[in-house]
Amino acid sequence: MTDKKTSRLLTSPYTAWALIFILVPLAMVFYYGFTDANGALTLANIKAIAEPVHSRALLLAVVLSVISTVICFLLAYPLGMILAKHRVTGQGIIITLFILPMWMNFLLRTLAWMTLLENKGVINGILDLLHLPEVNIINTPGAIVLGMVYNFLPFMILPVYNSLSSIDDSVINAARDLGADTVQTFFKITLPLSVPGIISGVTMVFIPALTTFAISTMLGGSKILLIGNVIEQEFTLTYDWNLGAGLSIVLMVFIVVNMVVSAMAERDDSSEKRSVRRSISHTAGSDAGAGREER
Amino acid sequence: MKKELIRLENVSKSYDGELILDDLSLTIHENEFVTLLGPSGCGKTTTLRIIGGFETPDKGRVIFDGEDITSLAPNKRQLNTVFQKYALFTHMDVAENIAFGLKIKNKPQDYIEDRINYALKLVNLSGYEHRMPGSLSGGQQQRVAIARAIVNEPKVLLLDEPLGALDLKLRQDMQYELIRLKEELGITFIYVTHDQEEALTMSDHIVVMNQGYIQQEGSPEDIYNEPENAFVADFIGDSNIIKATMVRDELVNILDTDFICVDKGFGENTPVDVVIRPEDVELVERGEGTLPGRVSHVIFKGVHYEMEVQAGGYAWLVHSTRLYETGKEVDIKVDPFNIQVMNKPESEDEEVLSVDD
Repeated sequence: MTDKKTSRLLTSPYTAWALIFILVPLAMVFYYGFTDANGALTLANIKAIAEPVHSRALLLAVVLSVISTVICFLLAYPLGMILAKHRVTGQGIIITLFILPMWMNFLLRTLAWMTLLENKGVINGILDLLHLPEVNIINTPGAIVLGMVYNFLPFMILPVYNSLSSIDDSVINAARDLGADTVQTFFKITLPLSVPGIISGVTMVFIPALTTFAISTMLGGSKILLIGNVIEQEFTLTYDWNLGAGLSIVLMVFIVVNMVVSAMAERDDSSEKRSVRRSISHTAGSDAGAGREER
Repeated sequence: MKKELIRLENVSKSYDGELILDDLSLTIHENEFVTLLGPSGCGKTTTLRIIGGFETPDKGRVIFDGEDITSLAPNKRQLNTVFQKYALFTHMDVAENIAFGLKIKNKPQDYIEDRINYALKLVNLSGYEHRMPGSLSGGQQQRVAIARAIVNEPKVLLLDEPLGALDLKLRQDMQYELIRLKEELGITFIYVTHDQEEALTMSDHIVVMNQGYIQQEGSPEDIYNEPENAFVADFIGDSNIIKATMVRDELVNILDTDFICVDKGFGENTPVDVVIRPEDVELVERGEGTLPGRVSHVIFKGVHYEMEVQAGGYAWLVHSTRLYETGKEVDIKVDPFNIQVMNKPESEDEEVLSVDD
């Protein structure tokens, strides 16, 4: 009994936290999402996703985040393979270097890219000096993808590296021993065994990329609207909280469906690996959250 | 004479400047159960990995069935390995694990199914086809690993301390299973272990290794009864290893007492080591034996008593079913056949007596 009381006492601050900062806001989002300006129940805010402006923004957000996720994967996987397989000296340093940008504020990093990519920015300045033609990167979808990849790459590297380095050498040796060549070993053993890491990496890159509005605002100008920008503007410019909340719900449902699918795929994964991944995904959440607050 | 199957010729291997194998030569015959036995770091696993193709020797050659396979990739070799930690593919069920090698070789589906059934029956795991490795016990996982290796009909099965992670009872059961398997399959087993009891139980041929050298090769009986040096004597079973002097043929002076023995050819007054197994030391009433002593310690071990007897300045280890109480004055008597006389080690490498169990 005392044990139960103590644990209830100890968890109470967190319960309160969850109530005030998670459940109440969520309830408010749902309240606004399903009501109109007069407080009457309506599905109009949800159905608004079908409007071309909104559905196009969602589609563009999906396309750009898929591209970013694929690029992150293609960059992270070989690195993870090299580091996990060759046990390079200074491996920790290499990993740290890739993680290092995460220690800086997310907005600051994106702002830095803005100055680099601007039409009169650092990159074009250097190209001018070299008498090369200037490039127009800023305010293109490409700039947004660049920003997404730069910001979210560490969230792909960590889980992929973790899952690859947890594959025992003897498992690889066993596949070779049973007659598989290096290519067969990769596709039949290494790749399938690293799927849990890939799934969590994909989740952790895809979701923040999908919901971002900071990156698209800074690197995409005001012309390219992602679903995140649309929602932001409903709250900060149009003051149509009901529509903003309605679109948020659509986005949330979209993400939850994604999470459920990936959770089903990684269900047979060990609990140990899962806890590592969970701690990483927390970092990811807080980072993106910090960005949102500061806007 | 059995046909030669694998020959290691003057194989050397070092890691980070540390010599693991030094000019090792070893011949393994067909249909033999060979055990590489030694303490950790003796080079036994490296030897196995060189045979398996997971390491390339710095010097020397590996000959398999008359062919030089020194630099052949592991997937091209006609042998399969059972790894220490099973190394099962955790994303595949038992049947898929076993079928892995056969699928790589593009065997027909019905052949693969036959082989899976055969292999599972052989390791007593019929009905486990669709279990995932994670849901099996250590012993079952090890059986799957063995089944996965043998379905490929290798000429040689390499086993790297396969029973190391199992508890004692299971380990003993698996020892008998391995012997049965080897007899049913009629192929060569090369088995690596640091457990001398395992080696003695299963092997046709034991290779005792230490510090990258082969210390002694022979049948389990040879190795146990006639160790060639103090390392082997100490590593295989409990023993009394005592510095002694060979007075002349068939007479050895141990702890200032002359004992009759059967060894010849050591010369006169030559310093030697003698090894006497604890079960070969007889305790008799005072006045009836050769060397007087006093029982200083008794432990009941189940099948026998383990006693320590102080005699001639040495603490003798004695195994006997007859109990002599602590403090009892006794005489020690040793049958001449049970005194094994060994040359003093010539090199420092042989002198290593520190054995990690």
